[in-house]
Amino acid sequence: MNIIDRRLNPQGKSLANRQRFLRRAKEQVVKAVRDASSKRSIQDVESGDKISISTGGVREPSLHRANSGGLRDYVVPGNKEYVEGDTIPRPEQGGGRGSEGSPDGDGEDDFRFVLSREEFLDIFLEDLELPDLVKQKVKQSESFSLTRAGFTPSGSPANLNLVRTMRNSLSRRIALKRPKPAEIEELERLLKEAEERGDSEEMRELREALEHKHLRSKRIPFIDPIDVRYNRFESVPKPIAQAVMFCLMDVSGSMTEHMKDLAKRFFMLLYLFLKRRYRSVDIVFIRHTHEAKEVDEETFFYSTETGGTVVSTALEEMQRVVQERYPEGDWNIYAAQASDGDNMSSDNARSAALLRDVILPLCQYFAYIEVAAEHNMGLSALGRETELWRTYKMVQRPDLPLAMRRVRSRREIFPVFRDLFARDKVAAP
Amino acid sequence: MTAVISKPEGLLYDGADWDYDKIKRVYDAIEDIAVNEMGLDVYPNQIEVITAEQMLDAYSSIGMPLMYRHWSFGKHFARDEMMYRKGYRGLAYEIVINSSPCISYIMEENTMTMQTLVIAHAAFGHNHFFKNNQLFQQWTDARGILDYLEFAKAFITHCEERHGHAAVERVLDAAHALMSQGVHKYPKKRPLDLREEQKRERDRREYEEQTFNDLWRTVPRPSGSSRPSRSMSERKKLLGLPEENLLYFLEKKAPRLEHWQREILRIVRHISQYFYPQKQTKLMNEGCATYTHYTIMNRLHQKGMITEGAMLEFLHSHTSVVFQPEFDDPRFSGINPYALGFAMMQDIQRIAENPTEEDRHWFPDLAGKGDGMAALREAWHNFRDESFVLQYLSPHLIRKMKLFTVRDDAEDPYLLVEHIHNERGFRHIRKLLARQYDLGYLEPDIQIVDVDLAGDRKLILHHRVTNGVLLDESDAKAVLRHIANLWGYEVQLVEVSAVSEAVLKEHAVTAPSGG
Repeated sequence: MNIIDRRLNPQGKSLANRQRFLRRAKEQVVKAVRDASSKRSIQDVESGDKISISTGGVREPSLHRANSGGLRDYVVPGNKEYVEGDTIPRPEQGGGRGSEGSPDGDGEDDFRFVLSREEFLDIFLEDLELPDLVKQKVKQSESFSLTRAGFTPSGSPANLNLVRTMRNSLSRRIALKRPKPAEIEELERLLKEAEERGDSEEMRELREALEHKHLRSKRIPFIDPIDVRYNRFESVPKPIAQAVMFCLMDVSGSMTEHMKDLAKRFFMLLYLFLKRRYRSVDIVFIRHTHEAKEVDEETFFYSTETGGTVVSTALEEMQRVVQERYPEGDWNIYAAQASDGDNMSSDNARSAALLRDVILPLCQYFAYIEVAAEHNMGLSALGRETELWRTYKMVQRPDLPLAMRRVRSRREIFPVFRDLFARDKVAAP
Repeated sequence: MTAVISKPEGLLYDGADWDYDKIKRVYDAIEDIAVNEMGLDVYPNQIEVITAEQMLDAYSSIGMPLMYRHWSFGKHFARDEMMYRKGYRGLAYEIVINSSPCISYIMEENTMTMQTLVIAHAAFGHNHFFKNNQLFQQWTDARGILDYLEFAKAFITHCEERHGHAAVERVLDAAHALMSQGVHKYPKKRPLDLREEQKRERDRREYEEQTFNDLWRTVPRPSGSSRPSRSMSERKKLLGLPEENLLYFLEKKAPRLEHWQREILRIVRHISQYFYPQKQTKLMNEGCATYTHYTIMNRLHQKGMITEGAMLEFLHSHTSVVFQPEFDDPRFSGINPYALGFAMMQDIQRIAENPTEEDRHWFPDLAGKGDGMAALREAWHNFRDESFVLQYLSPHLIRKMKLFTVRDDAEDPYLLVEHIHNERGFRHIRKLLARQYDLGYLEPDIQIVDVDLAGDRKLILHHRVTNGVLLDESDAKAVLRHIANLWGYEVQLVEVSAVSEAVLKEHAVTAPSGG
């Protein structure tokens, strides 16, 4: 008997099968993920979860008998009261009587399984991208890739190029006429024969020749340090499109908890998307009340503040940061703004002007998300537009990269987000 | 030395933890009982310790340690994994593979008692059955299977690299759909032996001489009108029709398949064939293994080699394995093969050793023979589920399980109780129960009957319908589509009543486009 411990064998033997399965069910999985994502919070998205897909594309059909019709006999255990000839009312369809019926039968319309977080995000964020990422600019030392660049006489042993080295060695040996082992063997053989014959003259000559060859092969080494060649690598900087995303959020008193929650969720998603897809995208967080401040990620998402609302301050702050750190010519600039739409009336004109004359010309894409309370859907639906919405609406022109969306409930965040960043979308309204 | 709490003399292990020494000791003790007391004959054993995830892996590739890649395995894995993670379903304690050496997987999470049970169950019970049952002896090559799978996996990977995933997947999908129609149900024709052939020829001539009657010469010959039908029968003969092994036929005769595609069909066919005996002996196989572990555990306990606690733990899991819910129980889902198998094995032993008058009447050859183990070994060697039930199901057991038969005729508003566990019903119940295990009856009888090679090359299949039970329509359609993909031309499936030869239903699929 052998006992073999297989526990340390490579795990994930079925990974290849899983990939094949996901590829096969791609269409349904994508659909299921989209559906599911509208119902869950970002934390859930991060953790990955169970999804169910219809069995359509992944059905495994076989030739088997139908579950109903015809004449069937069953043997079942546990008779309590029946005698021959008794009748039993027919149980509801699918009552599971008897041992027949295929295991892959009816109850399998929905196929449920768990997607890992990676798989979920990959599918969810698939074919989303930042629109119009055009201003290519090589940024120093962000990322390098090694490419082969010929050979070098110095390097680390791991990079030793054996073929090249041996070729050099061979040509040097030929050029300097290093005696070959065969020649020496031949001489030795002749010497032996001469010794046997006792021809002293020839023996002397041969000995001399042999001596000479030995000396020569000692003097000319098989491999000389000058033969050695190493593979040479050069690091080539990879061009990276520089992009920066400005996240502008209104945190004023008029924003209810619900609205803040929506806005944060939206930015959280944006953050997740950028971090995953564009490793080198800078993100600038700006929050504003009646005054705006650039803050770090932690503060942006988790700290609280209240105050009045002056939207233009945020736009000004953005302009300042751009001027300071992100010269327009070198950077692809994006901005997303979330607000409940309230603004000081006196500020509207200024905001509009700023947006039209300063911000939009800078930006590749400007997305405005208006968060609204869930319950006043009716009012909004009737078309009561907020101040800011109306202001921005006036700015909006087909040739300007400004997109505006309204979000009322958590459920809408994902669709709106997808809508804003779908791949086929050019910076359109 | 400090005082160590010493185990009572003879105890193999104590407590729940296992290690390799304990497993080795337990294995030796079990081997002693199995081989010397029960007379089991097994392949060399190889016991492999695996994790739960690896167990799921093994599940999804139909229990084999290596398998080619296909999305359906990924699908099963995804489902099993979810069921397991969410706690809807536990994992099997073991998986055993019919190979030599016989590989049994045991899970690291199991307690020592469970490992003992699993070794007795799989490494001896199943192993003995695999080695000795005539179906396995005849149909499977335990020594070659792992090598063959290795080849299959490499071959299919190679095909994927060469012809692309999609093309390979298409063939595999189709082959999987036909898997249960991909077995030879009868032994292969032996190669012709000259001496036997001569003898047969001689016998035939003698028979003709004996039955010679000059009158036959005077019977008028049929006129020339029967020519076409003869060419049709010749055609069928040339193609080896009718043929029930659809995969075999397609592999050999499909006109548009490439060599590698045929080879893939062959691989799937071989694997299907390899599992065919297991499908036919589920009841006996589990019965044999369960009976073996039950006997061995009891002997270990009698010999004082396991503790009372271990015995109770064993009994707890044993009883849940052989639990048979009654028909009106919500948990009922057919007859539990472990329960019926185990009960029948015990019953055979009882009949052999302590028969009643009734047993003597029903089993004159078996009753009172004395050596229950010998009777069991004989049964395990010679039968499959269907014939086993037919041969050994006793009135005693029918009464004990209170079996009864129900007739479900779609034309009647009611189900009819036909036979119950009384003198009149025993034979009927036994016959019907045996039929529930007869694959030849359970699986639809589908054959390729004709193909017009000179004409439009339409492939015609017949399903001989018994008792008016038709094929599941949407699945049949999907499978026909697969067949058409392989065949390359139109395919038609006709459902014909086996009684009246009347056509009940037709399915047809046109030739795949762009093939």
